[in-house]
Amino acid sequence: MAVVVAVLRHLAPLGPRLTRIPPHACAGGRLLQHRRGLHLSSPAAIQVTVRDALNQALDEELERDERVFLLGEEVAQYDGAYKISRGLWKKYGDKRVIDTPISEMGFAGIAVGAAMAGLRPVCEFMTFNFSMQAIDQVINSAAKTCYMSAGLIGVPIVFRGPNGASAGVAAQHSQCFAAWYGHCPGLKVVSPWSAEDAKGLLKAAIRDDNPVVMLENELLYGVPFELSEQAQSKDFIIPIGKAKIERQGTHITLVSHSRLVGHCMETASVLAKEGVECEVINMRTIRPMDIEAVEASIVKTNHLITVEGGWPQFGVGAEICARIMEGPAFNYLDAPAVRVTSTDVPMPYAKNLEDNSMPQVKDIIFAVKKVLNI
Amino acid sequence: MRKMLLAVLSRVLQTPAAAAAAGKTGAVSEASRVMVASRNYADFANEATFEMKKCDLHRLEEGPSTTAVMTREEGLQYYKTMQTIRRMELKADQLYKQKIIRGFCHLYDGQEACCVGIEAAIKPTDHVITAYRAHGFTYTRGVPVREILTELTGRKGGCAKGKGGSMHMYTKNFYGGNGIVGAQVPLGAGIALACKYFGKNEICLTLYGDGAANQGQIFETFNMAALWKLPCIFICENNRYGMGTSVERAAASTDYYRRGDFIPGLRVDGMDVLCVREATKFAAEHCRSGKGPIVMELQTYRYHGHSMSDPGISYRTREEIQEVRSKSDPITLLKDRMVNNNLASIEELKDIDVAVRKEIEEAAQFATTDPEPPLEELCQHIYFNEPPFEELK
Repeated sequence: MAVVVAVLRHLAPLGPRLTRIPPHACAGGRLLQHRRGLHLSSPAAIQVTVRDALNQALDEELERDERVFLLGEEVAQYDGAYKISRGLWKKYGDKRVIDTPISEMGFAGIAVGAAMAGLRPVCEFMTFNFSMQAIDQVINSAAKTCYMSAGLIGVPIVFRGPNGASAGVAAQHSQCFAAWYGHCPGLKVVSPWSAEDAKGLLKAAIRDDNPVVMLENELLYGVPFELSEQAQSKDFIIPIGKAKIERQGTHITLVSHSRLVGHCMETASVLAKEGVECEVINMRTIRPMDIEAVEASIVKTNHLITVEGGWPQFGVGAEICARIMEGPAFNYLDAPAVRVTSTDVPMPYAKNLEDNSMPQVKDIIFAVKKVLNI
Repeated sequence: MRKMLLAVLSRVLQTPAAAAAAGKTGAVSEASRVMVASRNYADFANEATFEMKKCDLHRLEEGPSTTAVMTREEGLQYYKTMQTIRRMELKADQLYKQKIIRGFCHLYDGQEACCVGIEAAIKPTDHVITAYRAHGFTYTRGVPVREILTELTGRKGGCAKGKGGSMHMYTKNFYGGNGIVGAQVPLGAGIALACKYFGKNEICLTLYGDGAANQGQIFETFNMAALWKLPCIFICENNRYGMGTSVERAAASTDYYRRGDFIPGLRVDGMDVLCVREATKFAAEHCRSGKGPIVMELQTYRYHGHSMSDPGISYRTREEIQEVRSKSDPITLLKDRMVNNNLASIEELKDIDVAVRKEIEEAAQFATTDPEPPLEELCQHIYFNEPPFEELK
């Protein structure tokens, strides 16, 4: 027993990473395999970090359509502030990958204008915190123009970049904008978790004729996920507006997006040992929201919690709960839904405060037990 | 051959009633009509050369020519277009006061020479974007008066099906109509980037007002446009007032043509349609030759207040408005030039006025009787090329 425990401790650093392998790729007995460090992948699947998945998506789309181009701060010669666009400037040159000065409002507007005139820009915000400088262009110029022009002028643009909390970057660099952008008709808003999400959603966003805001997460960039053979294809697209059931369950539904899907998966693993089977839904898209997926799940599990990195007031979880209340799934709830969110404070710097201001696995477990009354 | 063409032209420009009368009624009237008709094509000059104010230059060795040739045909077309815009805006004023037009309505009367002069200097394949005082440009870019007025009255026959209103009118190569002050300037530079990207020798003309000229995003745009040599003409329509604030009270430097700093600029008499035309030709050539952006300041004036909710006399005197009307009105200036240089007769121009009024009346009639858009339109066009939302909870 002691030896087993020692082995487990030794392997512990690998643990968290491995729990993020999508369950469908593993055969049964996955928990045991996690501890022993085995990957049980399907034949041609490979491990790809979110960063590389995004890079591939950009590369493939730049190659596929000449009208696609990338602009933003440091995207070209620096290879991207977070190296997402590594190698692209070398391959495609100045015309397709453009370094901008530090002028968010200006270059976001330029990107929107280019989209109106027939190009397909990918506009990178170094983080979405800086997008606030340019938010007028995103909302008033990009999101609303198709409607105001009665369909005459489309704006096929993608705004992408890291969103939400990082690590130790404090209040001005840590805000989640899912609720802000999710509020506006005319925009599509996506929030990937896995490498497959990142690749498929970015490709879909670039091919979409509408303005799409893609909220990535800096802490996920370095995380490897399994990319199935299908997902490696150059035409692999994830439809915008469809959620994914990452883990089947029967007792409670956990709905989340972005990095916290990983926390939910961990929560599910821990609770499975106690006999509680959680169904984990990865929203993938914030707007248009796939509420039907949540409803179908609630019909099965009768319990709901939402988990997000943003603040509670007017957040993504609030919207999900409201829609569930208004819809047929309400009658299937055996208890009120609970939201797990970041604490309603600007992000502090000190590590202990920072850790306690964001949802942790223990918080999600606590919420599940509260809803299930166990 | 030319005389025949002129005869056809003068017949076309006569009112239909006059043209019919010329062929039909009694001998005396017919004789006098025929005399007038023959006077049309025999006595008028084909073209004339005009002197214009010299443009102030910034970082330019030379500017546009101070003389311009205008043909009779051009003159008549500029006159008709400016008069149409003038009467259309006055009709909009009337409809607004009758509460048939709602919300914001920013009128362009007084500034007609700007949009007409600009359009005369560019191609339909070039691109234009402006702010909310957009009805004049909407017309010169090709949207019929009827569709403009119907958009103002919010009916389904409007150029945006009634969903845009005064500030959001669009057509091919015309990107509005933008409500957020200054936001259209980066958009215009983006359109210019697309022009350069596609390599079809097209340019973008990006307009903004003296009020917008102090917006930070404009300077961000100047920087990038100059860095990347975007084929963009930045045009400041300086009508001396940003809403109720005169230029002296808003800008530390009112030399708007210099505000592009490292970007060359010129200051143009915006009340003279020929001066605007020549300056725009010069600026367009600058951009097309790959030299990068250029700034143009058009000194102009609006007779109405900032919008229909502004009487426009609390921050300027009636005397000032009257002075501009009597000394610098763009339509009067053109009319005097044409008559004094034998390019047209007063009667002929009066006939055009009558025809224009008729066109505006008919358009207004349509605009006030066309039905509102069907309720299904509410959820259409949220996304491009996608079916409308069924859900509207």
